[in-house]
Amino acid sequence: MGKVKKKVKLIKIDLDQCNGCRACELICSAFHAPDKYSSNNPARSRIRLISDPLQDVYLPVYAGEYTPAECMGRDKYIIDGKEFSECDFCRASCPSRDAFKEPDSGLPLKCDMCEGEEEPLCVKWCLADALTYEEREEEVEEEETPEEMETGLKALVDKYGLDNLIDGIARISKKE
Amino acid sequence: MRYAETGYNLEIDLSSGNIERVETDPELTELYLGGLGTNAKILWDRVPPEVEPFSPDNLLIFSAGLLCGTPVPGANRTIVSTVSPQTLFMAFSMMGGFFAPELKYAGYDKLILRGKSPDLVYLWINNDRVEIRDASHLQGKGAVETAELIKQELEDPRVQVAAIGLAGENRVYMASIEHGRSSASRLGLGAVMGDKRVKAIAVRGTKDINIARPTEVVEFCHNILEYIPERDSNPIPGVMPILAGLGSPKEMLIHDEKWHTENFMWGNARTRQKDYWTKDIEEKWKETQESVRTRLISCYNCPMKCGAIISVPGISTYMMKCFSKLTYTMAAYSDLEFGFKIAQRATEYGVDGFSTPQVMAFALELYEAGILTDEDFPGMPPDNEGRFYWLLDRIVRREGIGDVLADGVYWAARKIGKGAEEYDHNTIKKHEQLPLKLSMLNPIYFLMWATGEKVNITQIEGNFPQAPFPTREEREEFVKDWPHVPDDKFKEYFVNWELRGENAFPYYPTVEATCEIVDWQETMHYIDDALGICAGLSSFPLKPAYHINNLPTLITAAAGIDMDKDKLWEIARRNRTLIRAFNVGRGLRRKDDQPPENHWKKRFPELEEQLLDEYYRLKGFNNDGIPTKESLHQLKMDYISEDFEKRGINNNGQS
Repeated sequence: MGKVKKKVKLIKIDLDQCNGCRACELICSAFHAPDKYSSNNPARSRIRLISDPLQDVYLPVYAGEYTPAECMGRDKYIIDGKEFSECDFCRASCPSRDAFKEPDSGLPLKCDMCEGEEEPLCVKWCLADALTYEEREEEVEEEETPEEMETGLKALVDKYGLDNLIDGIARISKKE
Repeated sequence: MRYAETGYNLEIDLSSGNIERVETDPELTELYLGGLGTNAKILWDRVPPEVEPFSPDNLLIFSAGLLCGTPVPGANRTIVSTVSPQTLFMAFSMMGGFFAPELKYAGYDKLILRGKSPDLVYLWINNDRVEIRDASHLQGKGAVETAELIKQELEDPRVQVAAIGLAGENRVYMASIEHGRSSASRLGLGAVMGDKRVKAIAVRGTKDINIARPTEVVEFCHNILEYIPERDSNPIPGVMPILAGLGSPKEMLIHDEKWHTENFMWGNARTRQKDYWTKDIEEKWKETQESVRTRLISCYNCPMKCGAIISVPGISTYMMKCFSKLTYTMAAYSDLEFGFKIAQRATEYGVDGFSTPQVMAFALELYEAGILTDEDFPGMPPDNEGRFYWLLDRIVRREGIGDVLADGVYWAARKIGKGAEEYDHNTIKKHEQLPLKLSMLNPIYFLMWATGEKVNITQIEGNFPQAPFPTREEREEFVKDWPHVPDDKFKEYFVNWELRGENAFPYYPTVEATCEIVDWQETMHYIDDALGICAGLSSFPLKPAYHINNLPTLITAAAGIDMDKDKLWEIARRNRTLIRAFNVGRGLRRKDDQPPENHWKKRFPELEEQLLDEYYRLKGFNNDGIPTKESLHQLKMDYISEDFEKRGINNNGQS
């Protein structure tokens, strides 16, 4: 695999500007509804505002890769006197928490930068300017990215085991 | 499928512990929309006039507005309704924050509480799983503290909590329901919650809210999100800073308090300090505000930053919005630093920031006048600020004189007697009002103060300027870009309105025009309170994001209800009339529709009677302020006439 030019989409997150309104979560979930905008539900959002108003903690985090196992250790960061858990900054959909999973199925979610839109919707809806969008070009190694379905299937394998999953699929296909 | 709403209410009988999820009738949504409208209908049906505020049969309803939980910016209001222990009429108070959307995501439009729990409890609503939980460990805890403890206990920082403090537990008539940066404060809702022995309600929801016409709604929202910053960067010239832009008054952002400190009265709505706002004060107050304000914050899905996190060194952090920074300050003739400090304790106790400081200032006036004596204030410190803390502590515990004061100025004055009634000079329908005492009668405000069913001026004023701009040119400029008016005649009313001369107060705007202006402003509030849209983006500021000409489209697209301007106007009128009828059942009549006697120095009794006559006519009430048979029939509420007839309430007469 050789090097290729790749447009890197970048969201700059300015914690000082966040007003805690969670419009980002709402519109993300609406955009990604099965029928675009037909429903919304922040629990399905691919961005999550970690917030603790009394500690002045406002931290929007985006969903990244799914991971089958949780970390061994949990570190804490103290930044300007505010306490953050390592998990707060983590983008992974992981067994240790309910963030970045479909509430019904438990399937992992991942930010796709609102493919097809001028800019991610969370940025557009953030009038507080906590989220701003940038693009830049980078040279990167060519690689194959797993398709969305494959990511989902892998998560199901991790959750239920390959044999159970195969049995389940077989049962469903008989019914249909 | 139901759109915008979930179609279910959660009913909890606290006496028996019975919990039910009840499907609602979509026809009621068509008639009353939701929020305050459907709350009022439930209260009408199930809480007849015989039911007292602290009866187990009184209901306490927490409702999301129809559009809460949809992508509509600023649609996040929780409308709390019950019977007020203070006014004995319907109490409704709204709060922003995150509670209403979370309730919707949990699958409910409303939470309806009836009965009384034998022990102090809190409710845990987690989607379909609803529990009544022991709250004995939370007894006496502050409202903010309670919310934090519950979040820890439930191990979920995303739980939304509405809680009462000590004041609510002790059924103080000024008790509020606190929720983060927001609160439902007026009219004693917290006292009813305390009477039901519910310390707090915790909600978490992870379900979908559906939209009828998704693309149209999102397009509409994008226009709103473009309009808001554009409108905010073009403040309206010639009005005080908090009225120039959008939002509920941005008291947390704005330092310039010249208007409030010099025009509102200090103490027990008593003294005006006309030259208060000096350069020194301005600098000192600015420094105070900036030193305690950690961050400006918003409610759910709203770009306006009307609230703030307040951290005063040495005391716990809390959140504040709107006007409470000034109410304690001015009642105590103190400064802003005191205001921020005592508001922290008041927020934990959970009391209304409007009424509470006035009750305390009232008590100290009685003390100065010798009506109350040292015996009534054992151990009260001698310094002014110390006295306010001392009184606050007594009121929320109902200790000694605090027990009398805890019922508010009106009831306390009557209990104390000995001429104390004379010092009750700023209540309407037994409820404390903004501390304003002015000179020339303002006919628009006369009607709004007198007739507002919420008994609270900020819940009725709004879209029409409070005063004419000095020159005709300025007024013409203002109306050029004013698509918000329901009819072009309002532009004419404004352009022709002068500060002095024939076209000035009290005889201009004319009686008819005055009633129409009030009707428009009031209608917008009733629409917001049904939809759950914050007044700060709609009925309160000049030239807001939402108005009578764009809301029908939005309702149709979001809720799938066929809506137009006339139909929406009629719904607002129906809701307003329903609440009036509820209160009429509890004895409300024309004689109660009066502002405080000394609100204006120059009064015009004959004109005031004409104003009330015409307002009642326009609203479809008879001369005693009772909705007529004919208007109730038009509004499809014949059931009210039938009830009036049974109770011997005469609602004949021309409307």
